Amino acid sequence: MMTATTTASPKGRRRDGPSRPGRGGASRRRSAGPLFVAPFMVLFLLLFLAPLGYAAYLSLFQERLIGGTAFVGLDNYTQALTDPQFLHGVGRVALFFVIQVPLMLLLALLFALALDSGLLRLARVIRLGIFVPYAVPSVVASLMWGYLYGPDFGPFAQIARKVSLPVPDFLSDGWMLGSLANIVTWEFVGYNMIILYAALRTIPTELYEAAAMDGAGAWRIAWSIKIPALRPALLLTLLFSVIGSFQLFNEPKLLMNIAPDVISSSYTANLYAYTLAFTGQQVNYAATVSFLLGLVIVIASYAVLLTANRRRTP
Amino acid sequence: MSKFLTAASSAPLNRRGFLAATGALTLATSLSACGGSGGSGGGASAKAVSQADIDKAMQTPTELTFWTWVPDIAKEVALFEKKYPAIKVKVVNAGQGTPQYTKLRTALKAGSGAPDMVQIEYQAIPTFTITNSLLDLRPHGAAALKNTFVDWTWGQVSGTNGEVWAIPQDTGPMGMLYRQDIFDEHGIAVPATWDEFAAAARKLHKADPDVYLTNLAANQVAAWHGLLWQAGAKPYVTSGKSDITISVDDAVSQKLGTYWGGLAKEGVIGVEPDFTDSWYAALNKGKYATWITAAWGPVFLSGSAKATAGKWRAAPLPQWDASKPSSGNWGGSTTAVIRSTKNAIAAAQFAQFLNSDPASAKMFATEQFFFPATKALLTDASFVGDAPAFYGGQKVNQIFADISSTVSSSFQWPPFLDQAATDWTETVGKSLADGADTARALGTWQSRLTTYAKKQGFTVHS
Repeated sequence: MMTATTTASPKGRRRDGPSRPGRGGASRRRSAGPLFVAPFMVLFLLLFLAPLGYAAYLSLFQERLIGGTAFVGLDNYTQALTDPQFLHGVGRVALFFVIQVPLMLLLALLFALALDSGLLRLARVIRLGIFVPYAVPSVVASLMWGYLYGPDFGPFAQIARKVSLPVPDFLSDGWMLGSLANIVTWEFVGYNMIILYAALRTIPTELYEAAAMDGAGAWRIAWSIKIPALRPALLLTLLFSVIGSFQLFNEPKLLMNIAPDVISSSYTANLYAYTLAFTGQQVNYAATVSFLLGLVIVIASYAVLLTANRRRTP
Repeated sequence: MSKFLTAASSAPLNRRGFLAATGALTLATSLSACGGSGGSGGGASAKAVSQADIDKAMQTPTELTFWTWVPDIAKEVALFEKKYPAIKVKVVNAGQGTPQYTKLRTALKAGSGAPDMVQIEYQAIPTFTITNSLLDLRPHGAAALKNTFVDWTWGQVSGTNGEVWAIPQDTGPMGMLYRQDIFDEHGIAVPATWDEFAAAARKLHKADPDVYLTNLAANQVAAWHGLLWQAGAKPYVTSGKSDITISVDDAVSQKLGTYWGGLAKEGVIGVEPDFTDSWYAALNKGKYATWITAAWGPVFLSGSAKATAGKWRAAPLPQWDASKPSSGNWGGSTTAVIRSTKNAIAAAQFAQFLNSDPASAKMFATEQFFFPATKALLTDASFVGDAPAFYGGQKVNQIFADISSTVSSSFQWPPFLDQAATDWTETVGKSLADGADTARALGTWQSRLTTYAKKQGFTVHS
């Protein structure tokens, strides 16, 4: 979204010179422009603006099982802003973001650098191996990890019992956020790694040669050339992660089946919106909560962009 | 059948089927719009539909859409289509239980895409009648079926003004399955009362810390409701449309809360979520010596705990008052007709035929192994005489048929069951899982539900 501009090549070349005064050339170009943009605009309107507008509209009403629908203005918003379930949900995903995302991106960066260094044997196999979890649907991943986490017959528990260690309770209150973070990390490390790795491949090798001539080792090259060059790509992965974290839904929703007493129906803000709409039949309030969650994401993304940009231009 | 098929039919909505159904419905709509077909019943007037109208409708070529999660139900549907060749029934699996209701609610709200007939569990009926989504089947002659079905099931499908909202299909009177071998090993007699049950739980867990007498799943509000039902509780009483009495924290509930909460806190029973991998493994490996379940439990268990074949037996639930045996119900479902149908007559006839026609009803018992809702089958020697080897040759169906007659008929469901279930899990269920104060959690459940109901516009009494 917002990243499109920041990550686009900064030195985009101008293909078209000064417009040639050919017959109708300029006007044809002018009429063709909107045509090219049209598919995007139509989809953007249909799939983004229209639902967004509809949600905003819905959020101003209240429909009740008895008594029908009434216009309530901003009542739903004032309710949501003091709703502990919503606030806790947002707080929880914020905490999740702060802990899980740096870890995941650091891992992705390390893997990308290791692959790019050319020192790994079987680089292709490893690259695929790290990426494969991303190809596993998150539903399947959650089911799989749910089984692995099991306190009775899960493999970790069984191993712990075999060697007479205390059984780790991955599905307890204290561990759950970490267990979820582990699943999400497992799923997305490879995805982020591929983005970073692709960015690494675009760095001109002359830079490395020059650095080597100056006596830089592999670590120094990574630190002084590769990582600075990765900034736009890192920012991109960071923004995706902001959005992903705040929308956390699949993993908690599925682990809810095996740990219903740890993961409540408002464990994450997104889950809360779902529960409101489909369990409580409070569609209007669900729209409000979703709208506010969207706002939180926009603010968080903007904050990330702002800090990153400030750092880039001291 | 609520949980019965969780494993068997976890297939999500078949999208092609759904689209086809939607398309078919649109087509049917437009057809009847131009033809003015005799089938359009016009809705809910309590005036009886004449036999001539029924005959005409049943001979008019019609396509009906039926949402159901019952596996292989095409066999029963074929019986109907054979009798009424003009009518074609399109069977769509839109998910089981809650996922299907969610889709149905969405379709109803959208105003298109809803089926003509739908599989619906007893407890979900008020959730849909409150939104005026079901067709009263009285004008279609459903009242005449009253004595075909077990008394308490008829109470479940009847509205406060005598409406017939659905036709019973199968039931789940609750009983207890137990491991004869574990009982023998520890010298435990089959508990006849809940006091004996608690004593046995303590004794068994003390003798073998790896084994628990039972597991009360902390996510399974349906079992809790069934136990409330057995104890004679009336947690939800509706009168009129907008008046509801919520008493999930009354004396009976408190008795249950103290009892089960106490056992959970002592750690002599399990509280793990049911129908999970871990739970299946636990049943297979003998972690639990009983499963408090419903009449669909025996068949379900024989399919999912094959390793323990021959070791299980069935018995009635332990009693609060051994002189007055009673039980509750868990699961079972019905067929209802959606009010927006354009073919009300044919749809209503289908719902009635499917579940009351002797051949069709019997097929449910023999093909899908449903526990019957018709009186005839519950005394049918070929059904109650079945003696499966998994239960050591015990006549399990007979036991549950006897239990069925002890189910009270006055239990009611709230018009917002999903909310009640979620709130239960997060209050009472959580207290069981954490070994916290269950009696107090009941108060929290009560106040959460009351707040919700008031916000939804109900007049709440307590």
